[in-house]
Amino acid sequence: MSVVSKRDRRVKRSRNYFWFIVFAGPNIALILAYIYYPLLANLYFSTLDWRLGARTARFVGADNYIEFFSSRSGVEVWRVTIIFTLATVIGSMVLGLLMALVLNRAIPGRTAARTAIFSPYVLSGVGVGLIWSFIFDPRIGVLSHFLQLFGRQSPEWFLDRNLALVMVILVYIWKNLGYCAVIYLAGLQSIPQDLLEAAAIDGAGPIRRFFTVILPLLSPTVFFLSIAMVLSSMQAFDILRIMTPTGNGTNSIVFEIYLQSFGTYQRAGYAAAISVVLFVALFVITAIQMRFVERKVHYA
Amino acid sequence: MTANALNVAERPAWRQALSRENIVSTLFAGYVPMILALLVVALPLLWMVVASFKPISEIVTMDPSLLPKNPTLENYGAVADRVPLARVFLNSVVVTFIGAAIKVFLAITTAYALVFIEVPYRNAIFLGILVALMVPPEAAMLPNFLSISAIGGRDTLWGIILPGLGTAFGTFMLRQQFKTLPAELMEAAELDGAGHWRRLWQIVAPVSLPTIATVALVIIVNEWNNFLWPLVIIDSPDKMTLPVGLNLLRSIETQTGSYGVLMAGAVIVIAPVLIVFAALQRYIVAGLTQGAVK
Repeated sequence: MSVVSKRDRRVKRSRNYFWFIVFAGPNIALILAYIYYPLLANLYFSTLDWRLGARTARFVGADNYIEFFSSRSGVEVWRVTIIFTLATVIGSMVLGLLMALVLNRAIPGRTAARTAIFSPYVLSGVGVGLIWSFIFDPRIGVLSHFLQLFGRQSPEWFLDRNLALVMVILVYIWKNLGYCAVIYLAGLQSIPQDLLEAAAIDGAGPIRRFFTVILPLLSPTVFFLSIAMVLSSMQAFDILRIMTPTGNGTNSIVFEIYLQSFGTYQRAGYAAAISVVLFVALFVITAIQMRFVERKVHYA
Repeated sequence: MTANALNVAERPAWRQALSRENIVSTLFAGYVPMILALLVVALPLLWMVVASFKPISEIVTMDPSLLPKNPTLENYGAVADRVPLARVFLNSVVVTFIGAAIKVFLAITTAYALVFIEVPYRNAIFLGILVALMVPPEAAMLPNFLSISAIGGRDTLWGIILPGLGTAFGTFMLRQQFKTLPAELMEAAELDGAGHWRRLWQIVAPVSLPTIATVALVIIVNEWNNFLWPLVIIDSPDKMTLPVGLNLLRSIETQTGSYGVLMAGAVIVIAPVLIVFAALQRYIVAGLTQGAVK
């Protein structure tokens, strides 16, 4: 009897192996081939001085990394990436919170308004970049007409490096603030109403209530959003490429990877080194998030 | 008598809602900021649509009108003239739907295997998939370009689709959902002698349909908007997807007067997503904000 059941179990187990491979095998193979293998390949490429498509390459050790962290163009990428990320994250989170507070009143039509405000988040970055290129155009853009009403000339948004960066930051904030608003709204709705009423009875005005009750209770949402937005801002590409095609003070890290590997220089080794740095940076940020989210779940 | 009492009890709240003070506060603290927020979002999109129907003389003007005075379709014609528009649109549809269909299928089977088929180390395998979720696709772009080129996928539609098929996001979302299914459901099916294949498609998938729809919609929207990878792997215009085609259009149409044409292009890539989003926003918002709302 026990022999039979042991054999049964073995048959069942090998059958399980079979089905597991049939069900999960293709996906796992694809993930290994197109997500894991590239990580290792990048590590190897990053040690080479190698033009894309060239037959020969020269081993240069850590030179590519040293260049990215110390050369003028490398440091410029850091500067742009940090300014772009900080400005877009802070901008969309502050404006998103304002929008969420506006939409948190129980008035008819707010569900539709919430949907509308979320919509830019799902739109093609290429399309959005085109729309805003037109709006910012110094000669015929709406913005220039608007400035002329006040007797001002439109600045050269596309030619001035600093203004180009400001421009893509504004567009990126526009695309993302609805996402922030919707996440905040979920957080706001989980705040118990009687807490706010109690604070009001104690004589706390709306501003006081916001800073002493709402904001502290919203802190997990703020934390989640800041991580999610940092991750997405560091991967920005579409809007940057469409609005400033060859990069003009807007060479954020992913844009630089693209320009270095597929632009004029085709420096595959150097681009691979930047890819490795990007992966490590995003991995560390995600790991921090997971650690803290884990903690929140334990205490809650 | 009771009706009367109800009326009396109801009247104050009813009156309060329509009191001048409340109406004023709803208008100024509620609707005015809400409309301002809506305008910030909607005006650029409306401007895109309006400009796409304007002839060039109304684009290059010192005095733009809110609505086109002589609405025209010539901008859309011009888009079709510069890039093989029908072909490019079709490419986008094919890449989006074939890619998404395979991705969703693989996500369903993988999530099922991870939850319901007992093999050793399956949690370690899940962890490996979770780590893949953290790898930005941009970081994998260069090696993938080389591997896809090596097997002849450069400048082909399947070359666009293939490297994105392994799905960590969908697997993760569906695994969460499958784990919530009651064990009795599966035990009953096992007693019936149903194999894994039948159990998946006759029980697990049908009861998880809302989550599957959510995952599918998020994947479809992402595939449709995907820009960087198709840009890298495609060279010839008749293999391009819409975002890449618009990038080409932008590099051809460099005069200031060409914004009408570019807006027509933007409408073509944006309108389908807006329509789908308006119809199915509940699922899409749920899918995209997953993880935030614990």
